[in-house]
Amino acid sequence: MSNNLFSSTIGRKLIMSISGLFLVLFLLFHMAMNMVAIFSLEAYNAVCHFLGTNWYALAGTMVLAAGFLFHIIYAFILTRHNLAARGKERYSEQKRSGNVSWASRNMFVIGVIIVLGLVMHLYHFWYKMQFAELVGKEIGGFAWADGAGYLTSVFANPVVVILYIVWFAAFWFHLTHGFWSAFHTIGWNNQVWLNRWKCIANIFATIIFLGFAAVVIAMYFKANCAACI
Amino acid sequence: MNFTLKVWRQASPKAKGEFKTYQVSNISPDTSFLEMLDILNNNLIHEGQDPVAFDHDCREGICGACSLFINGHAHGPDTLITTCQLHMRKFKDGETITIEPWRSAAFPVIKDLVVNRQAFDQILQSGGFISVNTGGVPDANAIPISKKDADESMDAAACIGCGACVATCKNGSAMLFVAARVSSLAKLPQGRIEAARRAKAMVAKMDELGFGACTNTGACEAECPKGISIAHIARLNREFLSAKFQD
Repeated sequence: MSNNLFSSTIGRKLIMSISGLFLVLFLLFHMAMNMVAIFSLEAYNAVCHFLGTNWYALAGTMVLAAGFLFHIIYAFILTRHNLAARGKERYSEQKRSGNVSWASRNMFVIGVIIVLGLVMHLYHFWYKMQFAELVGKEIGGFAWADGAGYLTSVFANPVVVILYIVWFAAFWFHLTHGFWSAFHTIGWNNQVWLNRWKCIANIFATIIFLGFAAVVIAMYFKANCAACI
Repeated sequence: MNFTLKVWRQASPKAKGEFKTYQVSNISPDTSFLEMLDILNNNLIHEGQDPVAFDHDCREGICGACSLFINGHAHGPDTLITTCQLHMRKFKDGETITIEPWRSAAFPVIKDLVVNRQAFDQILQSGGFISVNTGGVPDANAIPISKKDADESMDAAACIGCGACVATCKNGSAMLFVAARVSSLAKLPQGRIEAARRAKAMVAKMDELGFGACTNTGACEAECPKGISIAHIARLNREFLSAKFQD
Protein backbone atom coordinates (compact mmCIF):
# COMPACT_ATOMS: atom_id res chain seq x y z
CA MET A 1 0.00 0.00 0.00
CA SER A 2 1.41 3.31 -1.05
CA ASN A 3 1.92 5.99 1.53
CA ASN A 4 0.10 8.58 -0.56
CA LEU A 5 -2.91 10.21 1.13
CA PHE A 6 -5.03 9.93 -2.00
CA SER A 7 -4.50 6.21 -2.37
CA SER A 8 -6.25 5.67 0.98
CA THR A 9 -10.03 5.38 1.18
CA ILE A 10 -10.24 8.31 3.61
CA GLY A 11 -8.02 10.44 1.33
CA ARG A 12 -10.24 9.67 -1.64
CA LYS A 13 -13.28 10.56 0.39
CA LEU A 14 -11.59 13.83 1.29
CA ILE A 15 -11.52 14.60 -2.43
CA MET A 16 -15.27 13.84 -2.59
CA SER A 17 -15.83 16.03 0.42
CA ILE A 18 -13.80 19.07 -0.71
CA SER A 19 -15.05 18.92 -4.31
CA GLY A 20 -18.59 18.46 -2.98
CA LEU A 21 -18.32 21.52 -0.74
CA PHE A 22 -16.89 23.49 -3.66
CA LEU A 23 -19.92 22.51 -5.75
CA VAL A 24 -22.19 23.44 -2.85
CA LEU A 25 -20.67 26.93 -2.85
CA PHE A 26 -21.18 27.11 -6.59
CA LEU A 27 -24.85 26.11 -6.18
CA LEU A 28 -25.37 28.99 -3.75
CA PHE A 29 -23.77 31.42 -6.19
CA HIS A 30 -25.74 29.97 -9.11
CA MET A 31 -29.01 30.18 -7.17
CA ALA A 32 -28.40 33.82 -6.24
CA MET A 33 -27.63 34.63 -9.85
CA ASN A 34 -30.78 32.88 -11.11
CA MET A 35 -33.03 34.59 -8.60
CA VAL A 36 -32.11 37.93 -10.11
CA ALA A 37 -34.36 36.92 -13.04
CA ILE A 38 -37.42 36.78 -10.78
CA PHE A 39 -37.01 40.43 -9.85
CA SER A 40 -35.64 41.97 -13.05
CA LEU A 41 -34.96 40.51 -16.47
CA GLU A 42 -32.69 43.50 -17.29
CA ALA A 43 -30.57 42.75 -14.25
CA TYR A 44 -30.44 39.11 -15.36
CA ASN A 45 -29.12 40.23 -18.72
CA ALA A 46 -26.43 42.21 -16.93
CA VAL A 47 -25.44 39.01 -15.08
CA CYS A 48 -25.36 37.13 -18.42
CA HIS A 49 -23.11 39.80 -19.84
CA PHE A 50 -20.85 39.66 -16.80
CA LEU A 51 -20.55 35.85 -17.11
CA GLY A 52 -20.33 35.66 -20.90
CA THR A 53 -17.02 35.07 -22.63
CA ASN A 54 -14.82 37.18 -20.37
CA TRP A 55 -11.56 35.54 -19.45
CA TYR A 56 -12.59 35.29 -15.79
CA ALA A 57 -15.92 33.67 -16.66
CA LEU A 58 -14.16 31.14 -18.88
CA ALA A 59 -11.52 30.45 -16.23
CA GLY A 60 -14.30 30.05 -13.67
CA THR A 61 -16.09 27.60 -15.97
CA MET A 62 -12.90 25.53 -16.28
CA VAL A 63 -12.39 25.40 -12.50
CA LEU A 64 -16.03 24.48 -12.05
CA ALA A 65 -15.79 21.71 -14.64
CA ALA A 66 -12.71 20.40 -12.83
CA GLY A 67 -14.70 20.37 -9.58
CA PHE A 68 -17.45 18.32 -11.21
CA LEU A 69 -14.96 15.97 -12.86
CA PHE A 70 -13.12 15.24 -9.60
CA HIS A 71 -16.40 14.64 -7.79
CA ILE A 72 -17.74 12.33 -10.52
CA ILE A 73 -14.52 10.42 -11.20
CA TYR A 74 -13.90 9.74 -7.52
CA ALA A 75 -17.55 8.72 -7.09
CA PHE A 76 -16.91 6.01 -9.69
CA ILE A 77 -13.60 4.94 -8.12
CA LEU A 78 -15.05 4.72 -4.61
CA THR A 79 -18.30 3.06 -5.66
CA ARG A 80 -16.40 0.42 -7.60
CA HIS A 81 -14.16 -0.22 -4.59
CA ASN A 82 -17.19 -0.43 -2.29
CA LEU A 83 -19.06 -2.87 -4.52
CA ALA A 84 -15.99 -5.12 -4.54
CA ALA A 85 -15.77 -4.88 -0.74
CA ARG A 86 -19.42 -5.89 -0.37
CA GLY A 87 -18.52 -9.16 -2.10
CA LYS A 88 -20.17 -11.34 -4.68
CA GLU A 89 -22.62 -13.09 -2.36
CA ARG A 90 -25.49 -10.82 -1.35
CA TYR A 91 -27.96 -11.19 1.49
CA SER A 92 -31.21 -12.83 0.46
CA GLU A 93 -32.88 -10.48 2.88
CA GLN A 94 -31.65 -7.16 4.26
CA LYS A 95 -33.90 -4.71 6.07
CA ARG A 96 -33.42 -1.02 6.71
CA SER A 97 -31.23 -0.37 9.75
CA GLY A 98 -32.56 2.18 12.23
CA ASN A 99 -33.28 5.54 10.64
CA VAL A 100 -30.75 5.26 7.81
CA SER A 101 -31.87 7.73 5.15
CA TRP A 102 -32.75 6.57 1.65
CA ALA A 103 -30.51 9.28 0.18
CA SER A 104 -27.45 8.08 2.09
CA ARG A 105 -27.80 4.60 0.59
CA ASN A 106 -28.36 5.85 -2.95
CA MET A 107 -25.92 8.73 -3.39
CA PHE A 108 -24.39 7.20 -6.51
CA VAL A 109 -27.74 6.58 -8.22
CA ILE A 110 -28.94 10.08 -7.33
CA GLY A 111 -25.61 11.36 -8.66
CA VAL A 112 -26.22 9.63 -11.99
CA ILE A 113 -29.65 11.31 -12.21
CA ILE A 114 -27.98 14.65 -11.46
CA VAL A 115 -25.39 14.08 -14.21
CA LEU A 116 -28.16 13.22 -16.71
CA GLY A 117 -29.94 16.43 -15.73
CA LEU A 118 -26.64 18.25 -16.04
CA VAL A 119 -26.31 17.11 -19.67
CA MET A 120 -29.74 18.62 -20.36
CA HIS A 121 -28.83 21.77 -18.46
CA LEU A 122 -25.49 22.23 -20.23
CA TYR A 123 -27.25 21.83 -23.57
CA HIS A 124 -29.84 24.48 -22.64
CA PHE A 125 -27.70 27.03 -20.87
CA TRP A 126 -24.06 26.45 -21.76
CA TYR A 127 -24.01 25.13 -25.33
CA LYS A 128 -26.67 27.64 -26.39
CA MET A 129 -25.32 30.53 -24.32
CA GLN A 130 -21.62 30.71 -23.38
CA PHE A 131 -20.51 28.25 -26.05
CA ALA A 132 -22.66 29.96 -28.70
CA GLU A 133 -21.12 33.31 -27.87
CA LEU A 134 -17.67 31.75 -27.88
CA VAL A 135 -18.01 30.34 -31.40
CA GLY A 136 -19.92 33.41 -32.55
CA LYS A 137 -23.23 31.75 -33.40
CA GLU A 138 -26.71 32.57 -32.23
CA ILE A 139 -27.63 28.97 -31.43
CA GLY A 140 -30.59 29.73 -29.21
CA GLY A 141 -32.23 32.08 -31.69
CA PHE A 142 -31.80 35.04 -29.35
CA ALA A 143 -29.17 37.77 -29.35
CA TRP A 144 -26.42 37.12 -26.79
CA ALA A 145 -27.41 40.28 -24.99
CA ASP A 146 -30.90 38.86 -24.40
CA GLY A 147 -30.15 35.98 -22.02
CA ALA A 148 -33.42 36.67 -20.22
CA GLY A 149 -35.43 36.31 -23.42
CA TYR A 150 -33.82 32.95 -24.05
CA LEU A 151 -34.34 31.88 -20.43
CA THR A 152 -38.08 32.56 -20.50
CA SER A 153 -38.42 30.87 -23.90
CA VAL A 154 -36.85 27.63 -22.55
CA PHE A 155 -39.10 27.53 -19.49
CA ALA A 156 -42.21 28.39 -21.49
CA ASN A 157 -42.40 24.63 -22.09
CA PRO A 158 -44.08 22.88 -19.10
CA VAL A 159 -42.25 19.60 -19.84
CA VAL A 160 -38.90 21.38 -19.40
CA VAL A 161 -40.18 22.92 -16.16
CA ILE A 162 -41.14 19.50 -14.79
CA LEU A 163 -37.82 17.94 -15.88
CA TYR A 164 -35.92 20.70 -14.08
CA ILE A 165 -37.99 20.33 -10.91
CA VAL A 166 -37.37 16.58 -10.88
CA TRP A 167 -33.69 17.38 -11.31
CA PHE A 168 -33.78 19.81 -8.37
CA ALA A 169 -35.46 17.11 -6.28
CA ALA A 170 -32.48 14.84 -7.02
CA PHE A 171 -30.25 17.66 -5.77
CA TRP A 172 -32.36 17.89 -2.62
CA PHE A 173 -31.79 14.21 -1.83
CA HIS A 174 -28.10 14.40 -2.72
CA LEU A 175 -27.56 17.47 -0.53
CA THR A 176 -29.49 16.22 2.51
CA HIS A 177 -26.84 13.53 2.86
CA GLY A 178 -23.86 15.03 1.05
CA PHE A 179 -23.75 18.34 2.91
CA TRP A 180 -23.33 16.99 6.45
CA SER A 181 -21.40 13.96 5.22
CA ALA A 182 -18.74 16.27 3.73
CA PHE A 183 -18.04 17.79 7.14
CA HIS A 184 -18.06 14.36 8.75
CA THR A 185 -15.42 13.12 6.30
CA ILE A 186 -13.15 16.08 7.01
CA GLY A 187 -13.50 15.12 10.65
CA TRP A 188 -15.35 18.25 11.64
CA ASN A 189 -18.07 16.48 13.60
CA ASN A 190 -18.86 14.97 16.97
CA GLN A 191 -21.74 13.49 18.94
CA VAL A 192 -23.36 16.91 19.45
CA TRP A 193 -22.83 18.30 15.96
CA LEU A 194 -23.93 15.10 14.21
CA ASN A 195 -27.62 16.00 14.54
CA ARG A 196 -26.96 19.72 14.08
CA TRP A 197 -25.18 19.13 10.76
CA LYS A 198 -27.99 16.82 9.61
CA CYS A 199 -30.53 19.53 10.44
CA ILE A 200 -28.46 22.22 8.69
CA ALA A 201 -28.13 19.92 5.66
CA ASN A 202 -31.91 19.49 5.42
CA ILE A 203 -32.47 23.25 5.69
CA PHE A 204 -29.74 23.97 3.15
CA ALA A 205 -31.04 21.38 0.65
CA THR A 206 -34.55 22.79 0.98
CA ILE A 207 -33.35 26.38 0.41
CA ILE A 208 -31.46 25.27 -2.71
CA PHE A 209 -34.47 23.33 -4.01
CA LEU A 210 -36.93 26.18 -3.42
CA GLY A 211 -34.56 28.84 -4.78
CA PHE A 212 -33.97 27.06 -8.07
CA ALA A 213 -37.55 25.85 -8.45
CA ALA A 214 -38.91 29.36 -7.83
CA VAL A 215 -36.95 30.75 -10.78
CA VAL A 216 -38.07 28.01 -13.16
CA ILE A 217 -41.71 28.43 -12.14
CA ALA A 218 -41.46 32.23 -12.31
CA MET A 219 -40.04 32.02 -15.84
CA TYR A 220 -42.86 29.68 -16.86
CA PHE A 221 -45.42 32.25 -15.72
CA LYS A 222 -43.51 35.16 -17.26
CA ALA A 223 -43.64 33.34 -20.60
CA ASN A 224 -47.20 32.04 -20.45
CA CYS A 225 -49.10 34.50 -18.32
CA ALA A 226 -47.63 37.98 -18.33
CA ALA A 227 -50.39 39.24 -16.04
CA CYS A 228 -49.60 36.66 -13.33
CA ILE A 229 -46.17 37.94 -12.38
CA MET B 1 -43.18 -22.12 19.84
CA ASN B 2 -42.56 -23.57 16.37
CA PHE B 3 -40.35 -22.07 13.69
CA THR B 4 -39.33 -22.70 10.10
CA LEU B 5 -35.62 -21.95 9.66
CA LYS B 6 -34.09 -21.01 6.33
CA VAL B 7 -30.40 -21.61 7.01
CA TRP B 8 -27.40 -20.95 4.74
CA ARG B 9 -25.45 -24.19 4.33
CA GLN B 10 -22.02 -24.16 2.72
CA ALA B 11 -19.70 -27.14 3.12
CA SER B 12 -16.40 -25.26 2.67
CA PRO B 13 -15.04 -21.82 1.66
CA LYS B 14 -14.94 -22.77 -2.03
CA ALA B 15 -18.17 -24.80 -2.11
CA LYS B 16 -21.35 -23.31 -3.50
CA GLY B 17 -23.76 -22.59 -0.66
CA GLU B 18 -27.53 -22.74 -0.59
CA PHE B 19 -30.44 -22.25 1.79
CA LYS B 20 -31.86 -25.34 3.50
CA THR B 21 -35.14 -25.33 5.36
CA TYR B 22 -35.54 -26.93 8.79
CA GLN B 23 -38.38 -27.14 11.28
CA VAL B 24 -37.92 -26.72 15.03
CA SER B 25 -40.81 -27.28 17.38
CA ASN B 26 -41.67 -26.97 21.04
CA ILE B 27 -39.23 -24.10 21.63
CA SER B 28 -39.67 -22.12 24.86
CA PRO B 29 -40.05 -18.34 24.32
CA ASP B 30 -37.20 -17.88 26.81
CA THR B 31 -34.77 -19.92 24.71
CA SER B 32 -31.93 -17.82 23.35
CA PHE B 33 -31.41 -17.82 19.60
CA LEU B 34 -28.19 -19.83 19.94
CA GLU B 35 -29.88 -22.36 22.24
CA MET B 36 -32.57 -22.75 19.58
CA LEU B 37 -29.78 -23.51 17.08
CA ASP B 38 -28.32 -26.00 19.60
CA ILE B 39 -31.71 -27.75 19.66
CA LEU B 40 -31.76 -27.79 15.86
CA ASN B 41 -28.23 -29.25 15.79
CA ASN B 42 -29.16 -31.87 18.37
CA ASN B 43 -32.05 -32.92 16.12
CA LEU B 44 -29.78 -32.97 13.06
CA ILE B 45 -27.15 -35.10 14.83
CA HIS B 46 -29.84 -37.59 15.91
CA GLU B 47 -31.01 -37.75 12.32
CA GLY B 48 -27.44 -38.43 11.20
CA GLN B 49 -27.10 -35.09 9.41
CA ASP B 50 -24.26 -32.57 9.52
CA PRO B 51 -25.02 -29.96 12.23
CA VAL B 52 -25.11 -26.27 11.30
CA ALA B 53 -21.77 -24.58 12.04
CA PHE B 54 -22.06 -21.21 13.80
CA ASP B 55 -19.71 -19.09 15.92
CA HIS B 56 -20.35 -18.60 19.64
CA ASP B 57 -18.34 -18.36 22.82
CA CYS B 58 -19.25 -16.42 25.98
CA ARG B 59 -23.01 -16.27 25.32
CA GLU B 60 -23.29 -13.16 27.45
CA GLY B 61 -22.77 -10.49 24.83
CA ILE B 62 -19.18 -9.49 25.50
CA CYS B 63 -16.90 -11.73 23.43
CA GLY B 64 -18.05 -10.78 19.94
CA ALA B 65 -17.89 -14.34 18.64
CA CYS B 66 -21.53 -14.83 17.69
CA SER B 67 -22.62 -13.32 14.43
CA LEU B 68 -25.52 -14.25 12.11
CA PHE B 69 -27.66 -12.12 9.82
CA ILE B 70 -31.18 -12.91 11.03
CA ASN B 71 -34.26 -11.79 9.09
CA GLY B 72 -32.33 -9.01 7.39
CA HIS B 73 -30.53 -7.63 10.45
CA ALA B 74 -27.09 -8.29 11.94
CA HIS B 75 -27.65 -10.02 15.33
CA GLY B 76 -31.37 -10.20 14.55
CA PRO B 77 -34.28 -7.79 14.78
CA ASP B 78 -33.66 -6.52 18.33
CA THR B 79 -31.30 -3.57 18.91
CA LEU B 80 -28.20 -3.18 21.08
CA ILE B 81 -27.74 -6.91 21.62
CA THR B 82 -25.69 -9.74 20.18
CA THR B 83 -27.25 -12.91 18.77
CA CYS B 84 -26.62 -14.81 22.02
CA GLN B 85 -28.73 -12.19 23.86
CA LEU B 86 -31.61 -12.53 21.39
CA HIS B 87 -34.54 -14.59 22.62
CA MET B 88 -37.16 -16.48 20.68
CA ARG B 89 -39.94 -14.38 22.27
CA LYS B 90 -38.87 -11.65 19.83
CA PHE B 91 -40.29 -13.80 17.00
CA LYS B 92 -43.85 -14.80 16.18
CA ASP B 93 -44.93 -18.39 16.68
CA GLY B 94 -44.77 -20.19 13.33
CA GLU B 95 -42.53 -17.52 11.79
CA THR B 96 -40.03 -18.36 9.04
CA ILE B 97 -36.60 -17.12 10.13
CA THR B 98 -33.84 -16.52 7.57
CA ILE B 99 -30.33 -17.08 8.92
CA GLU B 100 -27.33 -16.02 6.84
CA PRO B 101 -23.62 -15.60 7.55
CA TRP B 102 -21.99 -12.14 7.61
CA ARG B 103 -21.42 -11.28 3.98
CA SER B 104 -18.52 -9.12 2.88
CA ALA B 105 -15.48 -9.67 0.69
CA ALA B 106 -13.16 -9.33 3.70
CA PHE B 107 -15.11 -11.93 5.75
CA PRO B 108 -15.16 -15.10 3.61
CA VAL B 109 -17.41 -17.97 4.71
CA ILE B 110 -15.50 -20.86 6.29
CA LYS B 111 -18.48 -23.15 6.75
CA ASP B 112 -22.26 -22.61 6.92
CA LEU B 113 -22.70 -19.55 9.16
CA VAL B 114 -19.06 -19.22 10.26
CA VAL B 115 -17.02 -16.50 8.60
CA ASN B 116 -13.32 -15.72 8.84
CA ARG B 117 -12.95 -12.47 10.79
CA GLN B 118 -9.15 -12.60 11.06
CA ALA B 119 -9.02 -9.38 9.06
CA PHE B 120 -10.08 -7.59 12.26
CA ASP B 121 -7.18 -9.21 14.14
CA GLN B 122 -4.79 -8.07 11.44
CA ILE B 123 -6.07 -4.50 11.70
CA LEU B 124 -5.60 -4.61 15.48
CA GLN B 125 -2.10 -6.02 15.13
CA SER B 126 -1.20 -3.15 12.83
CA GLY B 127 -1.72 -0.53 15.53
CA GLY B 128 -4.59 -1.15 17.93
CA PHE B 129 -2.38 -1.19 21.01
CA ILE B 130 -0.16 1.00 23.19
CA SER B 131 3.52 0.23 23.64
CA VAL B 132 4.32 -0.15 27.35
CA ASN B 133 7.70 -0.93 28.87
CA THR B 134 7.50 -3.66 31.47
CA GLY B 135 8.08 -2.62 35.06
CA GLY B 136 6.20 -2.06 38.26
CA VAL B 137 2.47 -1.52 38.32
CA PRO B 138 1.85 2.24 37.99
CA ASP B 139 -0.17 4.04 40.65
CA ALA B 140 -3.86 4.30 39.93
CA ASN B 141 -4.84 7.86 38.97
CA ALA B 142 -1.18 8.84 38.47
CA ILE B 143 -2.25 10.32 35.15
CA PRO B 144 -5.27 12.60 35.52
CA ILE B 145 -7.92 12.01 32.84
CA SER B 146 -11.07 14.11 32.63
CA LYS B 147 -14.37 12.32 33.14
CA LYS B 148 -15.57 13.41 29.67
CA ASP B 149 -12.50 11.96 27.92
CA ALA B 150 -12.62 8.77 29.97
CA ASP B 151 -16.31 8.34 29.14
CA GLU B 152 -15.78 8.86 25.42
CA SER B 153 -12.85 6.47 25.45
CA MET B 154 -14.85 3.82 27.27
CA ASP B 155 -17.84 4.24 24.94
CA ALA B 156 -15.54 3.46 22.02
CA ALA B 157 -13.79 0.67 23.92
CA ALA B 158 -17.16 -1.09 24.25
CA CYS B 159 -16.56 -2.45 20.73
CA ILE B 160 -16.44 -6.25 20.88
CA GLY B 161 -15.15 -6.66 17.33
CA CYS B 162 -18.09 -8.80 16.21
CA GLY B 163 -18.15 -7.39 12.67
CA ALA B 164 -21.84 -6.41 12.58
CA CYS B 165 -20.77 -3.03 11.19
CA VAL B 166 -19.01 -4.61 8.21
CA ALA B 167 -21.83 -7.11 7.72
CA THR B 168 -24.44 -4.35 7.66
CA CYS B 169 -22.56 -1.68 5.70
CA LYS B 170 -23.57 -1.53 2.04
CA ASN B 171 -19.88 -0.89 1.32
CA GLY B 172 -18.49 -3.64 3.57
CA SER B 173 -16.60 -0.91 5.39
CA ALA B 174 -14.78 -1.51 8.68
CA MET B 175 -14.67 2.19 9.55
CA LEU B 176 -16.78 1.90 12.72
CA PHE B 177 -14.55 -0.86 14.08
CA VAL B 178 -11.33 0.98 13.25
CA ALA B 179 -12.81 4.26 14.52
CA ALA B 180 -13.78 2.66 17.84
CA ARG B 181 -10.24 1.34 18.34
CA VAL B 182 -8.51 4.54 17.28
CA SER B 183 -10.92 6.71 19.27
CA SER B 184 -10.75 4.75 22.52
CA LEU B 185 -6.95 5.06 22.59
CA ALA B 186 -6.71 8.58 21.17
CA LYS B 187 -8.83 10.00 23.99
CA LEU B 188 -6.40 8.77 26.66
CA PRO B 189 -2.92 10.21 27.38
CA GLN B 190 -1.38 6.72 27.22
CA GLY B 191 -2.73 6.18 23.73
CA ARG B 192 -2.16 9.75 22.52
CA ILE B 193 1.60 9.20 22.10
CA GLU B 194 1.19 6.75 19.23
CA ALA B 195 -2.10 8.20 17.92
CA ALA B 196 -0.79 9.44 14.55
CA ARG B 197 1.14 6.27 13.74
CA ARG B 198 -1.81 4.13 14.88
CA ALA B 199 -4.40 5.92 12.72
CA LYS B 200 -2.20 5.66 9.63
CA ALA B 201 -1.28 2.02 10.17
CA MET B 202 -4.80 0.81 10.94
CA VAL B 203 -6.39 2.63 7.99
CA ALA B 204 -3.66 1.34 5.65
CA LYS B 205 -4.28 -2.22 6.86
CA MET B 206 -8.06 -1.79 6.57
CA ASP B 207 -7.67 -0.63 2.94
CA GLU B 208 -5.18 -3.38 2.15
CA LEU B 209 -7.57 -6.09 3.40
CA GLY B 210 -10.28 -4.94 0.99
CA PHE B 211 -12.79 -3.25 3.29
CA GLY B 212 -14.91 -0.57 1.64
CA ALA B 213 -14.94 3.19 2.11
CA CYS B 214 -17.43 4.81 4.48
CA THR B 215 -20.39 6.67 2.99
CA ASN B 216 -21.74 7.80 6.37
CA THR B 217 -25.09 6.01 6.09
CA GLY B 218 -25.03 5.23 9.81
CA ALA B 219 -26.33 1.67 9.32
CA CYS B 220 -23.35 0.35 11.31
CA GLU B 221 -24.29 2.41 14.37
CA ALA B 222 -27.92 1.25 14.15
CA GLU B 223 -26.89 -2.44 14.04
CA CYS B 224 -23.92 -2.25 16.45
CA PRO B 225 -24.71 -4.37 19.53
CA LYS B 226 -22.82 -1.81 21.62
CA GLY B 227 -24.38 1.25 19.96
CA ILE B 228 -21.02 2.78 19.03
CA SER B 229 -21.59 6.21 17.51
CA ILE B 230 -20.42 7.15 14.02
CA ALA B 231 -19.13 10.34 15.68
CA HIS B 232 -16.05 8.18 16.34
CA ILE B 233 -15.66 7.87 12.56
CA ALA B 234 -15.37 11.65 12.37
CA ARG B 235 -12.60 11.46 14.97
CA LEU B 236 -10.85 8.72 12.99
CA ASN B 237 -11.03 10.91 9.86
CA ARG B 238 -9.61 13.82 11.87
CA GLU B 239 -6.84 11.70 13.38
CA PHE B 240 -5.93 10.13 10.06
CA LEU B 241 -6.00 13.31 7.97
CA SER B 242 -4.02 15.39 10.49
CA ALA B 243 -1.48 12.55 10.79
CA LYS B 244 -1.13 12.41 7.01
CA PHE B 245 -0.78 16.18 6.66
CA GLN B 246 1.99 16.17 9.27
CA ASP B 247 4.03 13.74 7.16
